[in-house]
Amino acid sequence: MESHYQNLYDILAHAQGYIFPNEIDLQWGILIVVYPFITGLVAGAFILASLERVFKVKILKPTYQIALLTALSFLLVATMPLISHLSQPQRAYEIMITPHSSSAMAIFGFVYLWYLTVVLLLEIWFDYRQSMVVWANEKKGAMKWIYKILTLGVNDISPRALSWDRKLGYIITVVGIPSAFILHGYVGFIFGSIKANPWWSTPLMPIIFLFSAMVSGIALVMIVYMVITYLRKKVIDLNVLDSIGKYLFFVLILDFTLEGLDQIHRIYVAEESFEIIKLLVSGKLYLTLFIAQGLIGTIIPLITLVFLQFYKHKIKVRKTMYFIVSLLVLIGVYSMRWNVVIGGQLFSKSFSGFTSFKVGLIGLDGTLMAAFWLLLPIGILTFLLWLLPPWKMVEVEE
Amino acid sequence: MKLYIPPQIPRLALAFAIFISLFLVARHFLVPDTFGKYGPYRAAAMDDYMSLEIHYSGQQACFECHQDIGDLKAQDVHSEIHCETCHGPGQKHVISGDAADILKPAGREFCGKCHAMNAAKKKNTINQIDLNKHNIDKNCTECHNAHQPWEMKK
Amino acid sequence: MGNEKVKSSRRKFLKSAATLAGATIGYTWLKSTQFLIYAAEPKDKNLPWYGIAIDIEKCIGCGSCAKSCKNENDVPKEPFFFRTWVEQYTVRNDGSVDIVSPNGGIDGFEQRVPDEDIFKSFFVPKMCNHCAKSPCEQVCPVGATFLSPEGIVLIDEKYCIGCRYCVQACPYGCRFIHPVKKVANKCTLCYHRLKKNLAPACMEVCPTGARMYGNLRDKDGELVKFLKEHTTQVLRPNLNTGAKLYYNALSSEVR
Repeated sequence: MESHYQNLYDILAHAQGYIFPNEIDLQWGILIVVYPFITGLVAGAFILASLERVFKVKILKPTYQIALLTALSFLLVATMPLISHLSQPQRAYEIMITPHSSSAMAIFGFVYLWYLTVVLLLEIWFDYRQSMVVWANEKKGAMKWIYKILTLGVNDISPRALSWDRKLGYIITVVGIPSAFILHGYVGFIFGSIKANPWWSTPLMPIIFLFSAMVSGIALVMIVYMVITYLRKKVIDLNVLDSIGKYLFFVLILDFTLEGLDQIHRIYVAEESFEIIKLLVSGKLYLTLFIAQGLIGTIIPLITLVFLQFYKHKIKVRKTMYFIVSLLVLIGVYSMRWNVVIGGQLFSKSFSGFTSFKVGLIGLDGTLMAAFWLLLPIGILTFLLWLLPPWKMVEVEE
Repeated sequence: MKLYIPPQIPRLALAFAIFISLFLVARHFLVPDTFGKYGPYRAAAMDDYMSLEIHYSGQQACFECHQDIGDLKAQDVHSEIHCETCHGPGQKHVISGDAADILKPAGREFCGKCHAMNAAKKKNTINQIDLNKHNIDKNCTECHNAHQPWEMKK
Repeated sequence: MGNEKVKSSRRKFLKSAATLAGATIGYTWLKSTQFLIYAAEPKDKNLPWYGIAIDIEKCIGCGSCAKSCKNENDVPKEPFFFRTWVEQYTVRNDGSVDIVSPNGGIDGFEQRVPDEDIFKSFFVPKMCNHCAKSPCEQVCPVGATFLSPEGIVLIDEKYCIGCRYCVQACPYGCRFIHPVKKVANKCTLCYHRLKKNLAPACMEVCPTGARMYGNLRDKDGELVKFLKEHTTQVLRPNLNTGAKLYYNALSSEVR
């Protein structure tokens, strides 16, 4: 407690201007930056997968299962940053049993459950069922039982049953697209509906969150696909990368336009909060907004992607450039979450001052915890790829 | 011809039905009793507040023993000020009667909190003095009776 | 033929079992969702509907209110947690505004700007506005903060999960997370005192009577009389919070 107070005294000494006395301590820290980042990856990866299934972009077929499993790995971890950030985490179940109907945060539990069970798990199940039945027959011992349980005992792999797998899977994917929009759009709404905070309060917020989510998801699938292909020592299909790159480019342009529109509107209308926000953006947020999110995360990837569309370099160069572009985009989207969450709390609601933010290293809401939640999905994905390898799936006989 | 039901559907419907029923049963036991009585909150929470300790008694409690000081105070400019404004929370003292359980304010800074000169204080609301000039070698109470401030001592 | 009989009796059993299960689940569900069907606003007109008034003309910045609040309500004495605090505004002749609240005003204020530079200066006590359309109550995900039937916004400390959404949603900065209890905390208008016909601690000790509370439904009461005789404003009227804290002589520099 003493060290916590000492921390606050330090921050108090560095407060600029006037802040309301209760505002000295930031309420939402790095874990709340990580949470929308993770759900954004889920929504984005799923949208990419649905491009193949619903919009019949055949070129993306090799990435279909990878995108789904990536989405599942991150979704399984998605609630953890939230729960570990609560100051009463043991009461987290209350949000499921008495959700307050007027609170956007209350729908989270149900949207999450819906998306996890009805959308992701079902879609993966429909896609893998045939292979799981075959694997259950082929394997012995524990693995046999694991696959048997996963099939839920539905062992019918007649052509009629398989065609229903495809039909039902298609329906789920179609339902899944608006579900993905809600899963991540509601996070934007959580911020966008806070009228008390002018940095957050805009109807564009859910849409901005959604588009940057799609950008991050697409970039993530690009990276995961490249890493997996490399580890399996296979030759990568450049057409797949070019196609992903194309979608990344279009969504990034849309994202950039929307965020630009938000800022232009803010600057033009110049409401009462504009003076303090101007100071915020040119001061404390300069590095993370203009350099990390803008330059590194948006402008450089956009220019590179245009370049890659027109000039077909040697394969190795193009692969490296795609990889780096995806990394930069992920850094940019993470910075965007940082700028929204942290930036919105750095200035006082009195519009007359700033506090400062020191990220702790240890503790349930520290950097190490955030890093753990970000890295855990990679472990889960590795496990899922071992359990349900896309490249060992039984080919559907047409 | 019998209606063909794909084999996946009944199995999945069963899985979901089990899951949802488990949830509803758990919920029945977890929702607190008074939840929803007046609105979407636990009504017993309002009763929780009633068990909180009182620290300030209000000056009527002071007058039960100190009516003489009360009468004195009522004659001068501090008449509208309640006892506990200066003497701090009195409930402990009301119960124990011990003088150590209540504050006896002392020192120039204490009176200065109200009376020190500040441009933000309206002159028609309160008399102000410059703490650095007005009788700096004396304690306020050497000349002023806090309960009858204008009845100068000596 | 015997087979048919077994099948039909099995079918009957399954049907009745399913009906029983369905009825049990339905009953459980309906009972738990009772509050969803219940009206949102309790309309007991016999209860007072509390409001607050603060007269800026009368505040002398002594800080007694902020000090007594911490004494009464178990709030840590460190300068980071306040249910109520006092701000001093100093508008200089060049138009710039200094705002300070050292330790919430508990230790009083020193004049930092020389008289000749001051255009005007005043104190503004702040506290929870007990909004009728409270944004903090709107966003609580579990129903741990609520508007009581008397119009006071309260916190259920046994139910709060500490998500801090309410702290973000309050435009007045009057909520905080209690460092020991680890749940949300804020001014309760001394609800535990009101129910015993005692005044809130801050109003009990205010030496100038700058802080008032009362029943907005009582047309003959002190509070309503004050509202009628003075020109009052609420903070952030554009946010439509239904704030029930009315300031007299609120100057445009105040946020």
